[in-house]
Amino acid sequence: MTDMPLSDTAAAPRRKAASLLKQDARTRRRNAAEKRFRLYGAAAIAISLAALLVLLATILTNGAGAFRQTYLNIPVALDAEVLDPRGNRDPAEMARVLTTSYGRVLDAAVRDTIARHDIRIEGLSDDDIGGLISREASAQVRDRVLDDPGLVGQTVEFDVLTSGRIDGYFKGRVTMDSAERDGNTSPQQLQLAQELADRGEMVTRFNWDFLTNADASDQRPEAAGLGVAILGSFYMMLVVLVLSVPIGVAASIYLEEFAPKNHLTDIIEVNISNLAAVPSIVFGILGLAAFINFVGLPQSAPIVGGLVLTLMTLPTIIISTRAALKAVPPSIRDAALGVGASKMQSVVHHVLPLAMPGILTGTIIGLAQALGETAPLLLIGMVAFVRNYPDGLPGGLMDPASALPVQVYNWTQRSDPAFIERASGAIIVLLVFLLCMNLLAIWLRRKFERRW
Amino acid sequence: MSTVKFTVSALAVIAASASAAAAREQIQIAGSSTVLPYSTIVAELFGENMDFPVPVVESGGTGSGMQKFCEGVGENTIDIANASRAISDSERETCTANGVTDIMEVRIGYDGIVFANGASGPDFVYTPADWFNALSAKVVRDGEVVDNTANTWNEVNPDLPDQEILAFVPGTKHGTREVFEEKVMLAGCEESGAMEAFTASGMDEDAAEEACMTLRTDGKSVDIDGDYTETLARIESSPNGIGVFGLSFYENNTDKLKVGTMSGVAPSTETIASGEYPVSRPLFFYVKKAHIGVIPGLQEFVDFFVSDEIAGPDGPLAQYGLVSDPELAATQEAVAAGTTMQ
Repeated sequence: MTDMPLSDTAAAPRRKAASLLKQDARTRRRNAAEKRFRLYGAAAIAISLAALLVLLATILTNGAGAFRQTYLNIPVALDAEVLDPRGNRDPAEMARVLTTSYGRVLDAAVRDTIARHDIRIEGLSDDDIGGLISREASAQVRDRVLDDPGLVGQTVEFDVLTSGRIDGYFKGRVTMDSAERDGNTSPQQLQLAQELADRGEMVTRFNWDFLTNADASDQRPEAAGLGVAILGSFYMMLVVLVLSVPIGVAASIYLEEFAPKNHLTDIIEVNISNLAAVPSIVFGILGLAAFINFVGLPQSAPIVGGLVLTLMTLPTIIISTRAALKAVPPSIRDAALGVGASKMQSVVHHVLPLAMPGILTGTIIGLAQALGETAPLLLIGMVAFVRNYPDGLPGGLMDPASALPVQVYNWTQRSDPAFIERASGAIIVLLVFLLCMNLLAIWLRRKFERRW
Repeated sequence: MSTVKFTVSALAVIAASASAAAAREQIQIAGSSTVLPYSTIVAELFGENMDFPVPVVESGGTGSGMQKFCEGVGENTIDIANASRAISDSERETCTANGVTDIMEVRIGYDGIVFANGASGPDFVYTPADWFNALSAKVVRDGEVVDNTANTWNEVNPDLPDQEILAFVPGTKHGTREVFEEKVMLAGCEESGAMEAFTASGMDEDAAEEACMTLRTDGKSVDIDGDYTETLARIESSPNGIGVFGLSFYENNTDKLKVGTMSGVAPSTETIASGEYPVSRPLFFYVKKAHIGVIPGLQEFVDFFVSDEIAGPDGPLAQYGLVSDPELAATQEAVAAGTTMQ
């Protein structure tokens, strides 16, 4: 009788595969299922990578041109009759001559250069000559002349921007074919540009001005830069950092370490999670009502933008800080309390330093999110054309400024095709900033991380 | 403890700076995205030629600009509203209710609305009636009011190319849409006699006008809520598409677009100024008189904007595509005298 169950169990393995080296049908199915599952995962990653590559490739091919710009080196005869009609070299009098008049002086300078190099092009019109260089050049020459009225009557060398179409020609955006149909340029004009480039007068070089110049109007895409936007974004991030870190960390420490667990803290907790998911435009509406209409802060100012973005990032920072605090093992707190530390000492001396990497990561990710935000800025007047740089700190917080994502949004709406290149260039700058912030977050986490 | 101190001091800084936030230095402008490029061009020139800061220009559309304009008087409200249509009665009422009573209306010139397809497409010679028959929800056939089923342009008018109907028209939040409805759809409705047929079929006059301006919803007419750049992108991806653009946008993209003539007239600043080209509208901006003398440079900016050097026929605005106002001199006088709307 005792043999019976034994023989039964002995019979059972016989139903399975005879050898471990030979797979039965069921094992093969399971193995195949696992293989498929891994394949799905790999496919998902491949799809996202492909999407990322397409995005990066488009942005880079469109935007790389924004970092190079074509300049024309040109001697300008500063005609006293046009620039100082009264002839007394008084800057106040000369300031009455508008930049539109300086355009005539520059047109004459281009003609001189063409004559000097003996360039002859059939059918070159006055518009072609006038449209060769940027309108920004008039302002450049005027500023120089008003700074030093003694220059009037002399011939001075200037390095001026060429117009957007000419610049586009050297970057391949404008071709002879498209120029044929284009109302703003002509094949003759491009030919003239080519001749000047062949003689070394016109050069395309790296464009620092793209990072430092202010925005420019629709008529001079070649002069538009990100200076005001970068400064505005920097000021806003400063406000966010200064406000949201202390408030966020203090709130999380209190909620996590000191607050009693009751209905009130439950409600607060639910609300914080809820706020983290509120669409950012809502914070813009709040900012308009609270900071501009009620407190009376100025419109378009980085301080208001910073305050709005602070409200937006606070939930993110609180949630990640609380998670970091929770991850510190209770034994650390118990040990600290056990050797006689007060509650506050245990938190400040032991828990907080250990939670630091998590807090820093959360803060930087919150900041990066705030850096790329446009919607809340729409309502507080920061989605605007701003050409003056804000002052230095702290007064500059009250001056109008733009922001990086806002500049991208603005430029994509402009009619001149050269702005598409600028917008893509601005996206590259924004991506580089975000990448730096995320790398910093990773580095900080690695540096301060401790394992138990 | 230091965190708490830091927070308190940060809040104190905000409070202190809030009270110090007086005396705005730069002009604030908001409103129509059609007027925006002109406004930024003038703002830029104003900043480089005068000793005042460059005005801050926001867009957002005529409606939202007017709303901001009518919020009240004071430094945290805007000074100038750009508009691609005249201020409406209800907006005037809101303004008055909020204490914005003295408003200067400044007409800066005219803007043409053009109809263009991709540069490689065929030439189009439209009349408003063609557009009405192609895009209206209800059309008249053999004296009967029927749903519009036209598929190609030459079904509408045998002179037009055999191309599928696909039109990208500005969405309802744009001022351009209103002009399109009135000057093209309604005009075409009257021209083709559909208006009479609508009233004959038992509609009263308002209902008939409404029917004239209702676009078909079967996908032949697509509302574009974004800007002209979006319309251009849509045309580049669907070669059959025809878009509605502002003249200045077209003039900056002539290499990619081919413009159609309307009633036999090609759009240009000249034909619009002479009134030959039928689809145009005036552009305005509105100034709060109460802010003149308070915001530095406001009067100078308005004077500068309408001066012959800027808004005249040879000025930078005309070069960009604005049709300069033949009555600019009258506007200059009104601005100098500070004449407000009645």
